Amino acid sequence: MIQTLFGAQEQEPSLLEKLKAGVQKTRDGLVGRIEEVVSGKKQIDADLLEELEYTLISADIGITTTTEILDRIRERVDRKLTGDAGELKGLIREYLLEVLQASDSPLSYVDAPPAVLMVVGVNGAGKTTTIGKLASHYKAEGKTVLLCAADTFRAAAIEQLEVWGERTQTDVIRQNTGADPSAVAFDAITAAKARGVDYVIVDTAGRLQTKTNLMAELEKMRRTIARVIPDAPHETLLVLDGTTGQNGLEQARKFTETAGVTGIVLTKLDGTAKGGVVVAIARELGLPIRFIGVGEKIDDLLPFDPEKFIDSLFS
Amino acid sequence: MFDNLSDKLQRVFKNLRGEGRLTAENMDAALREVRVALLEADVNFKVVKQLIDGVKQKAMGAEVLNSLTPSQQIIGFIHEELIKVLGSHESKLRFANDPPSVFMIVGLQGSGKTTSTGKLARWLSRNGHRPQVVSVDVYRPAARKQLSIIAKDQQIPIYEGTPEETLPVDLARSARRETVNAGRDVLLVDTAGRLHIDEDLMTELQALKDLLNPVEILFVADAMTGQDAVKSADEFHKRLGITGVILTKMDGDARGGAALSIRHVTGQPLKFVGLGEKPDALEPFHPDRAAQRILGMGDIISFVEKAQQAFDQKDQEKLQQKLLDNEFSLEDFRDQLKQIRKLGPLDSLLKMMPKVGMMKELQNTSVDEKELTRIVAIIDSMTPKERENHMIINGNRRRRIAKGSGTTVNDVNNLLKQYTQMRKMMKSFSSAFGGMGGGLAKGLLGKKLSKLGLDKPGSGLPGGMGKPPAGWPF
Repeated sequence: MIQTLFGAQEQEPSLLEKLKAGVQKTRDGLVGRIEEVVSGKKQIDADLLEELEYTLISADIGITTTTEILDRIRERVDRKLTGDAGELKGLIREYLLEVLQASDSPLSYVDAPPAVLMVVGVNGAGKTTTIGKLASHYKAEGKTVLLCAADTFRAAAIEQLEVWGERTQTDVIRQNTGADPSAVAFDAITAAKARGVDYVIVDTAGRLQTKTNLMAELEKMRRTIARVIPDAPHETLLVLDGTTGQNGLEQARKFTETAGVTGIVLTKLDGTAKGGVVVAIARELGLPIRFIGVGEKIDDLLPFDPEKFIDSLFS
Repeated sequence: MFDNLSDKLQRVFKNLRGEGRLTAENMDAALREVRVALLEADVNFKVVKQLIDGVKQKAMGAEVLNSLTPSQQIIGFIHEELIKVLGSHESKLRFANDPPSVFMIVGLQGSGKTTSTGKLARWLSRNGHRPQVVSVDVYRPAARKQLSIIAKDQQIPIYEGTPEETLPVDLARSARRETVNAGRDVLLVDTAGRLHIDEDLMTELQALKDLLNPVEILFVADAMTGQDAVKSADEFHKRLGITGVILTKMDGDARGGAALSIRHVTGQPLKFVGLGEKPDALEPFHPDRAAQRILGMGDIISFVEKAQQAFDQKDQEKLQQKLLDNEFSLEDFRDQLKQIRKLGPLDSLLKMMPKVGMMKELQNTSVDEKELTRIVAIIDSMTPKERENHMIINGNRRRRIAKGSGTTVNDVNNLLKQYTQMRKMMKSFSSAFGGMGGGLAKGLLGKKLSKLGLDKPGSGLPGGMGKPPAGWPF
C-alpha cells in the first residue's frame, strides 16, 4: 500500500515478458485468426484451406511460403494423416519453426576488437533508431561502443545519430553532410582501433535496392572498412520495416548481393504489422533474424530467438 | 526470380493466347494466376477478391467466350476494374476559400512525411502558391532540424518555434499566425510518425485537426507496405478523415499494391507519388497511368511528356524534314544523342516502357551509358565535312578518328554501319514519333528496340496519347 502510494519501483519486465508483449500484436493477429479459421470447423476441406491461405497471406508470409505450407497440409490430408482441423496449428507452427531455425546462426566471432557492424536498409526502415538501441544494448553488456555517422546524405541524419549518441553516452565519429561515407567509415574504424573499443556501428544512408549507384557505394564502404580491418565488417545488418510486404524479399536479396547482409533487424513490430515476410526471407535466403524492434524507447530492441518467437506466437 | 506483376500477367495472357479460345475452365485458371500476381504485389486480399469478381462478371456477361482475342478482352476488363478502384481521374489538391489553407501531413514512422512535405512545398511554390512549413514532430531526434534544412535549401519559409514551444499544438498555432502575418496562402504541417494504434498520438493528431481546421489531411504511405496497409490507412481515416494519399518510394521496384488497397479501404484519392530523394521527385498521381503500368503497358505517357520537355518543337520539325529528305547527318545524330541524355539515365527511361515481349529482355540488360559517350566522342573527332557526308570517311580518316576519340577503328566502323542502316530505315518511320523515337532508339540500342514495335508508325504510341485501346499493345 505504502509502496503503491509512494510509487514503488516498477519491476523490470523479464526479457521473455517483453518479447511476448512485443510480439503480442503479431500473435493476436496471426494466431488469433488461424484459431478463428480452425474453430468451428472440424474437417479440413477446400474452403478451410482457402481461408487459411488468405490468413497467412494477410500476415505478409507470402504466396510461395503459404502455398508450401498448404501443400504440406494437403499432402497429409490426402494420406489421411490429418483430418482434424485442430492439428493444423501444430503443423503450421512446426513448419515456421523449421524455417526460422534453419537460418538461425550465431553472430560471427571476433577475436580482436573492434567488431564492426554495418547497418543498411531502405529509406525510413529505422536504421538510425536501431543503432541507438544497439548502442544501448551493447553498453548494457558492459562493452564500449563507437558510432559512425556515414549517412552523409539525408538532411539532419548526422544530428539524429548524435542525439542517440548523447542518450547512450557514446561517441559519434562524423564529418559534414555531403562527405564521402567511405571516408567517414575509414575514420571511425581507425579511431575505434586506436581507442580499443569493442563495437563500432556504422550508420548508412537509406537507399532503395534498385539504385545501382548507391548500392555500389555500399560495396565501396565495405572495401574501405576491410582495408583497416581485413575481416570487417563482421556483421552487416539489414533493417527491415515490419510493415513491408513482399518487396522485403527483394530488399534482402539485393542488399545481400551487394552489401553482404549477414542478419536482419525487423522493426516496428509494435503496430499491427506481422512482419511475416521474414519467414520468406529466412526460407529463401537463409538469413537469420538478429533483433526485433518493438517501440521507440531506447530498450525496445530485443534479440530474436526463433524458438521463443514462435513460442510467444503460439503460447 | 521475383517477377513483377506485369510480367506475371504477361505470362497469364500468353498462356491464354496459346489456348486460342477462352473457355470457362481456362478463364478460371487465368484469373487464379492474376489473383496470385496481385497478392504477390501486396494488394490486399479483399481488394483482390473484388477485382477478380468484377472481371469475372464482366467476362461472363460479354461474349468473351466466343471471342478470338479473349486475352485482349480480359486485359481490357482488368484495366477497367483497376481504374475503378484507383479512381478514374487525377485528383487535385483542395484549397480553402479563406486562406491560409492548412495541409496536415500524417502517417506511420519512416513513410517519408518530412521529405514529402519539402517536395510538396516546392511543388506548391512552383505552381503559384506561397507555402510555409512547420514541423510539429517533437519526438524523433532531429526531425525538426531535418525539415528546417530541407526548407532552407528550397527557400521555403519555415516556422521554427521558440524554445518554450514544446507542444505540437503550440507550434502549430504560432505557425498559423505567422503564415497569416506573412501573407502566405498554404501552411504545411509535418507531423510526427506514429502507429495507428498509438492512442495518445492519435488523440494529438485530432487535437491538431480541431485547432487547424485543415482542408487537406494527406496520408503518406510507403509503396512497399504489405497487407497491413489497409489497417493503418483505415484507422487514420476513421480518426482523422484523411483527404488524400501520397504514395512514396515509387522509384523502387515495389509493385505498389498498397495503392489499390488504401484507395479501396479509405475511398480517398491518391494525389501524389514520390519518385526519389531529390526535391522535385514528386508527381501528381495518374490513376490511368498506374493501372497501365500494373498491366504491363508501361508508363509511356510519362515518357512522352518527359521527351516533350527535352525536345524543342521547332528542332523536331526541322529534324523531321531532314529525315524525310534523307539528310540526317552525323551531326544531327550527335545532337539527338545529347538531347536523349538530357532525359535522364537510360535505365530509368526504359523502366517507363511497356514490358512486352522483347522489351522484357531489354529491361534486364543494363544500358551502357559509356557507349553513348563513346559515340559522341567519335563524332566529335570528325571534321565538319566528315559529319556532313559520311561517304568521304575512308580508312585513313577512320584511323585518325579512332585515335582522336580514344577508340578503335572497329568502333568507328560499327558506328558508321549503324548510322547508314539507320538512315536507310529512317524514311519509313519518320512520321511515328515526330522523328525522335524509333530511329534514334535503333541507332542507340542496336536492333533490340526495333522488335518492340516502337519503330513502326502507329504501333508504338496510341493515337492522341489518350487512353490506349483495351488490350493494347498485346
